[in-house]
Amino acid sequence: MSRAHVRAVLVRAAAALLAVSLAGCAGWGGDSAGSGGADSIDVLMVNNPQMIDLQRLTEANFTRQTGIRVNFTVLPENDVRDKISQEFSSQAGQYDVASLSNFEIPIYAKSKWIAPLDEYVAADTAFNQADILPPMTKSLTADDGKLYGEPFYGESSFLMYRKDVLDAQGIQMPAKPTWQQVADIAARVDGKQPGMAGICLRGQPGWGQVFAPLTTVVNTFGGTWFDKDWNARVDAPEFKQATQFYVDLVRAHGEVGAPQAGFTECLNNLVQGNAAMWYDATSAAGTLEAADSPVKGKIGYVAAPVVKTQSSGWLYAWSWSIQQASEKKDNAWKFISWASSRQYEELVGGQLGWSRVPAGKRASTYANPDYLEEASAFAGPTEQAISSADPRNPGVQPRPALGIQFVDIPEFTDLGTQVSQYVSSAIAGQMTVDEALKRGQRLADDVAERYRSRENG
Amino acid sequence: MTTTLTRTTPGHQAVPKKKDRGGPWLSLLAWVVGLLFVLPVVWMVLTSFHSEADAATNPPAVVAPLTLEGYREFFSGGASPWPPLLNSMTASVISTLLVLLLSFPAAYALSIKPVKKWTDVLFFFLSTKMLPVVAGLLPLYLFAQNTGLLDNIWLLIVFYTSMNLPIAVWMMRSFLSEVPVEMLEAASMDGASLAKTLRSVIAPVVMPGIAATALICFIFSWNELLFARVLTATVAETSPVFLTSFVTSQGLFLAQLCAAAFVVSLPVLVAGFAAQDKLVQGLSLGSVK
Repeated sequence: MSRAHVRAVLVRAAAALLAVSLAGCAGWGGDSAGSGGADSIDVLMVNNPQMIDLQRLTEANFTRQTGIRVNFTVLPENDVRDKISQEFSSQAGQYDVASLSNFEIPIYAKSKWIAPLDEYVAADTAFNQADILPPMTKSLTADDGKLYGEPFYGESSFLMYRKDVLDAQGIQMPAKPTWQQVADIAARVDGKQPGMAGICLRGQPGWGQVFAPLTTVVNTFGGTWFDKDWNARVDAPEFKQATQFYVDLVRAHGEVGAPQAGFTECLNNLVQGNAAMWYDATSAAGTLEAADSPVKGKIGYVAAPVVKTQSSGWLYAWSWSIQQASEKKDNAWKFISWASSRQYEELVGGQLGWSRVPAGKRASTYANPDYLEEASAFAGPTEQAISSADPRNPGVQPRPALGIQFVDIPEFTDLGTQVSQYVSSAIAGQMTVDEALKRGQRLADDVAERYRSRENG
Repeated sequence: MTTTLTRTTPGHQAVPKKKDRGGPWLSLLAWVVGLLFVLPVVWMVLTSFHSEADAATNPPAVVAPLTLEGYREFFSGGASPWPPLLNSMTASVISTLLVLLLSFPAAYALSIKPVKKWTDVLFFFLSTKMLPVVAGLLPLYLFAQNTGLLDNIWLLIVFYTSMNLPIAVWMMRSFLSEVPVEMLEAASMDGASLAKTLRSVIAPVVMPGIAATALICFIFSWNELLFARVLTATVAETSPVFLTSFVTSQGLFLAQLCAAAFVVSLPVLVAGFAAQDKLVQGLSLGSVK
């Protein structure tokens, strides 16, 4: 191409860009009418595989049925949390629907940033709220008794283990193991296959990383972050014992690079045969049992290990909420009602495969023969884990706030993340557990102090 | 860009006496440094042609079979990549044009026909870059929200123009001051008007400088993430924001992300290679100063 030709092309392209932009267009995305189109809604959601499937299925199904166009913004988890809190706290009204977890929903509800859904649920009988697993509804209901979110998919936690590896050592995994039994098994299988650690446990800093599994361990060891009168209990003997146990286990028989390992790293470890056991989210099973997974059919699933409590699984649900400032709440509900429906699960099952169904929210999913055929290995343990989770009473003592693997207060993200950095250092061997929790106690006490003075004043 | 710089490096082997012995070693060093800089990009391109499972292995699988899966996912996966790419193109091209339009006269007034206290003016331009960008983020967000300009590409164009303007003025000034005074005197003696002088005398001399300035402004606007992420939503989303959407905390994404990153960096690479000869002149013109 000659130079003059290139120049001509460039000039023409620039002119075209200018012309289109000057025509008053705010950008190339969304529908052509801009984001103000009456029959369109804007959705902000986290980039998890289930959401990407939803994005792909929306136009050909939801839009075709209802005529409502859906514009998605998809962001990684941390970014989406930032963006949602920025958007919702200023009530900017750019997005009608956002994916929020059961951590944010009761907090946002208190600030009146999201709209209650009870009226929509009552009017939309086809949605069938009674089919949603009760712990889910409970965790999405705020203190005022109103429902503020509908789950898209839910998860609890359980223990995953390589059946073949345990069999080779003649080890029988109990159906409801205790943490001591798990530690013993980890010691026995550690290194029995080249490069295979006994167990994979998250060690990556972050309130939603290491402290998701660790807080459930603390709960079942009898510990808690706060007692019901808002006294910080981070340096209490039970909390310390649980953390020491967790750190010792992962240091002795855990994965390589544990202080940086989160959900994804552990998932990779298990898929690649670098770990014999893994205590983590039930949603991992879908990937482990996917058709192209090298460990498909080799994994066994049992309930979250316990010590003093009957069950110990966490409860987490990516859910949909409607922004209070949205002007298209009716259309927003239609979208939520479709995305969280049983029919959507059947659509995913039929088109993409039953292992990709956003499960863990509806009782009917676990009665569906198609789903059970695909997910027989983990469907039962998953439903049991979710159904036995109690977000209002997860430990051995009454709690001041909702939440199993977290304390449902806005301060917990900072608190949990800071303390998790100390715990992660302890896993890396740079700090003792005592020291880590002593610092954690100070931070937790600052938070508790605020709540105590609020209750007294 | 990197290769461009590496190629100029052998030119710096300044000591003629040691030329015979030092030459090969210096060239080798230049190549090693150049390759070190290019390596991450090569790695990204290679990974983009791997399957997700191969991309995630540790140690890395260099010779894994190649596939176009990542690119297929990028173009026909979830969301269409074209609106963000077009948004980035709009914001970068228009803001770069505006910057050139504004910085050229400013630079003229600071070098060839300097205004009074021109050093203060120059410093004043630069001082606007001293405030951390993030410090202005919240006021700008609230401003955009109140004026209804959230998620509007024109807001980004204005911001990118003002962000790049000081740098462009400084660069252009240093290029313009390279123009020999004798040439300007000769032009004015021949009776050339200001417009004629600008077009026929100054422009050809500083063209490499303009190209270098334009490319840098284009790259800065193209790659800007912070403002774009905070101020755009579904309509004016730019490619860097779109790129982050490939990162997920559940499941594998490395190959797809590398494919996306490669496609998104293509326009900059193409612009860089197209302007390569101009750039070598332009960048060394500035650096000699």
